[in-house]
Amino acid sequence: MRQFLVFVKKEFHHIFRDTRTMMILLGMPVIQIILFGFAITTEVKNAEIAVLDLSRDEATRKIIEAVEVSEYFHVAEYVHNTEDIDRIFRKGKIGLTIVFGENFYENLLHTGKAQIQLIADATDPNTATTLTNYATAIINNYQRQITGSNPAQYQIMPEVKLLYNPQMKGAYNFVPGVLGMILMLICAMMTSVAIVREKEMGTMEVLLVSPMKPIFIILSKAVPYFAISAVNLATVLLLAVYVLKVPVMGSIFWLILVSLLFIFVSLAIGIMISTLTSKQMFAYLISGMVFMIPVMLLSGMIYPVENMPAILQWISHIIPAKWYISAVKDLMIKGLGIQSVFKEITILLAMATVIIAFSVKKFKNRLE
Amino acid sequence: MKVITAENLTKKFGSFTAVDHISFEVEQGEIFGFLGANGAGKTTAMRMLCGLSKPTSGKGMVAGYDISKNPEKIKASIGYMSQKFSMYEDLKVWENIRLFAGIYGVPEKEIGHRTDELLRNLQFESQKDTFVKSLPLGWKQKLAFSVAIVHEPKIVFLDEPTGGVDPAARRQFWELIYQAADRGITVFVTTHYMDEAEYCNRVSIMVDGRIDALDTPRNLKDRFNASGMDDVFQRLARGAKRNSD
Repeated sequence: MRQFLVFVKKEFHHIFRDTRTMMILLGMPVIQIILFGFAITTEVKNAEIAVLDLSRDEATRKIIEAVEVSEYFHVAEYVHNTEDIDRIFRKGKIGLTIVFGENFYENLLHTGKAQIQLIADATDPNTATTLTNYATAIINNYQRQITGSNPAQYQIMPEVKLLYNPQMKGAYNFVPGVLGMILMLICAMMTSVAIVREKEMGTMEVLLVSPMKPIFIILSKAVPYFAISAVNLATVLLLAVYVLKVPVMGSIFWLILVSLLFIFVSLAIGIMISTLTSKQMFAYLISGMVFMIPVMLLSGMIYPVENMPAILQWISHIIPAKWYISAVKDLMIKGLGIQSVFKEITILLAMATVIIAFSVKKFKNRLE
Repeated sequence: MKVITAENLTKKFGSFTAVDHISFEVEQGEIFGFLGANGAGKTTAMRMLCGLSKPTSGKGMVAGYDISKNPEKIKASIGYMSQKFSMYEDLKVWENIRLFAGIYGVPEKEIGHRTDELLRNLQFESQKDTFVKSLPLGWKQKLAFSVAIVHEPKIVFLDEPTGGVDPAARRQFWELIYQAADRGITVFVTTHYMDEAEYCNRVSIMVDGRIDALDTPRNLKDRFNASGMDDVFQRLARGAKRNSD
């Protein structure tokens, strides 16, 4: 046991003395959260829009007012004919134009149907969708107000209900993703590289000749990365809650427990990679190409898995991060109980068992 | 007292026989040179003696333990220094000493005292807090050797310990080896330098997995009527079938 502690201490020395790597490991989650949260957000604030109002009546005035006071839009231009719409879109500043048909209020009152058109600049489809969704929500809201005073008379337009993320906050979606990616990166990549480095430097040979048990050598490599991952988990959760205002809806206890399970799986992957190679470069490549990129693309962090071709969806099932991210979404954002992520937990546990069994077998073969 | 005995020790990898029925004995306190061209089977033989690799057939006893049955006991009674320089560059001198003392189970209260003694012996006290990466290679090797015997093992295995340093530094290194042997530590050393072979009490020369000669340097030179160990080695190695790599 004392051997083990002496060795863990040495591992901490390696990490703390490599200041640059240390800064990256601890700073990366902060930077990613801030980047995703504020810079690369699909969320819209004060987007410049234009209005073409052919009616200029009470209803259109109220809707425009509602649009203007919302934090999402700023009515930058009023245009007077349809040719102008094309012209302002070409300037590229305007993301959306709301067009009211003629006799809007009158039509609404008498026929119950009124024409409204939302024209969006879809060169950036994500923003276009967001803008039209916001605008639709505002229009629906107005409709509900007038229906209240004069019920069942007007046509109900299809309503878009945004479950769990009513303001369509981007943060809700990427916080679990960033967690999955960072934990995978630190545990799998850094652990595998740390073990392989000893092989490359020749120190592994000296350790294997020593009375230290090989399993302890490997475990003590994992301990510091486990600690750093725990710090990062705390950083990401604190930033998410206090800076991005993403609430933890469910049990924080289970959220942390599931995260620890995922850290364990990632460490196991790192150890597995280290048994496959004795070159640091190769360890970087395997963990980068085989584990990181699929985690980003197939885990539902950036693109929804549901929209992918069946074969990719099938592949995504073998990616641990996918199950972790799904569990975090349920626990943290939907506020569901632990019983709802039972499947995810079972799968992660099974993955850990298989990976560790494989690594132990491979490691023993290597020694001979 | 014999601390290493090998009887028909053999290691096969598939159809390739890396080590072919070697037999020898090493006395306690002896400096035993283990010579051979690259690919002759030195490293494989040494790995078996250190308990890292199981022999295909034959018997070996190291420090009183059977290498097939008790490799863990052997590991606790030997020291090892590899040809690749094997201290941690990002740890300080004293931290490396402490680390290996800890791994080899030197009692906690003795570590401080042994560290001081080791550094004093090397006249290296002023470098206690230096990072190993900023030491010259000759010093690193002397330090690595001292660390390999910090737990006072019965035997120390040195795998080409002096690669890449100048003759003066090698000479200093061998003074450390003599000191260790005087304290009763058996030294089992592989080397490429034939002047170093002259410093050994006895040397064995491996060719194609077999031990072709084993005697004191003086007797070997007499037998082959050679002026130096280099000459002896050349004559034996000329018969090698394997390509050196």
